[in-house]
Amino acid sequence: MEYILIIIGAVFVSNIVLNQFLGICPFIGVSSKVETAIGMTGAVTFVMVIATLVTYLIYYSVLVPMDIVYMRTITFILVIASLVQLVEIILKKISPPLYQALGIFLPLITTNCAVLGVAILAVQKDFTLLESTVYAIGNAVGFGLALITFSGIREQLDLLNVPKRMKGVPIAFIVAGLMALAFMGFTGIV
Amino acid sequence: MLSKKKIMNQWKNFSKGFIKENAVFALFLGLCPTLAVTTSATNGLGMGLATTFVLVMSNLVVSLVKNVIPDKVRIPAFIVIIASFVTIVELVMKGYVPSLFDALGLFIPLIVVNCLVLGRAEAFASKNTVWSSLVDAAGMGLGFTMALTVLGAVRELLGSGAFFGMKLISGDAMLLFILPPGAFIALGYLIVLANMLKEKTA
Repeated sequence: MEYILIIIGAVFVSNIVLNQFLGICPFIGVSSKVETAIGMTGAVTFVMVIATLVTYLIYYSVLVPMDIVYMRTITFILVIASLVQLVEIILKKISPPLYQALGIFLPLITTNCAVLGVAILAVQKDFTLLESTVYAIGNAVGFGLALITFSGIREQLDLLNVPKRMKGVPIAFIVAGLMALAFMGFTGIV
Repeated sequence: MLSKKKIMNQWKNFSKGFIKENAVFALFLGLCPTLAVTTSATNGLGMGLATTFVLVMSNLVVSLVKNVIPDKVRIPAFIVIIASFVTIVELVMKGYVPSLFDALGLFIPLIVVNCLVLGRAEAFASKNTVWSSLVDAAGMGLGFTMALTVLGAVRELLGSGAFFGMKLISGDAMLLFILPPGAFIALGYLIVLANMLKEKTA
């Protein structure tokens, strides 16, 4: 039951993109097509879950015993950067079309604050190992939900007659605001 | 001696960060802290200055060591340099301005993944001289600070009827602008305004 609450909380109530403002760059950057949004979600999910697991283990088995918790930021970002490299190599090998589609955005996962943010939050919230894994999965699903629905809306927006100055990013932000408003309806269910 | 042309070039280099290549309004970089911490003008200003410090220092170091770092490992090397300065900011803010540190919370360590900082290191400091990199970082950082402060001021004014903490309107304001949806909507309209300004100056 506790795990279900963590997932519902991460996906709907405090959605990582629309409520916590993490991962806004890919949310705006790769959301013009549903297809790339799905690929990005896959890559982020993979990196986010593994990164949270690995950083959790490093935090509690290296940083805390050695009393060098202040090294948290540097350690975490290095772990994430190497993981992204790994994902890049694997994707290149097993799925070249997806690798082509994601293009420059894969290295950008390193600077996707959602990944580092979830890793830090999981440690800050004093979760157990299993809880933080569930938390990472929930946040990845929340990221995917926001990104894929948003890209669906943006595909439709292209067909509309939007005022010239609002075209592109400004209208995307306003749509995101309305989506965030809808997600606020989930407040209080957990 | 600096010639007049050189000074003009540096001025252009500095001022491009404000409107023409503003990190938030034109390049759409560093959007996470922009949206998350701008519930008041003070928070926006604090976040902007912290980011500016990291940006200037890391640009300085990157431009100093750019010839020493092998090309293949430059990104990890840049990240380590940036992360060190972020840790310094974290410890200093925790010690001297704990209330601001609490208000900004998670977004202080997250300066490390601010695309603006890594973007300037990669696109500018790794290719230019120390002096131009410093000017570029200062312009970009202050432009970012300006954007955050403006967005913070707009949201604070509409959402709680205050300006830098001073209450201007008594009674209820549009609470929506303090909440997450208001951040997206306010930024959307500010980008439209910035575009109009750009058209006028162009």
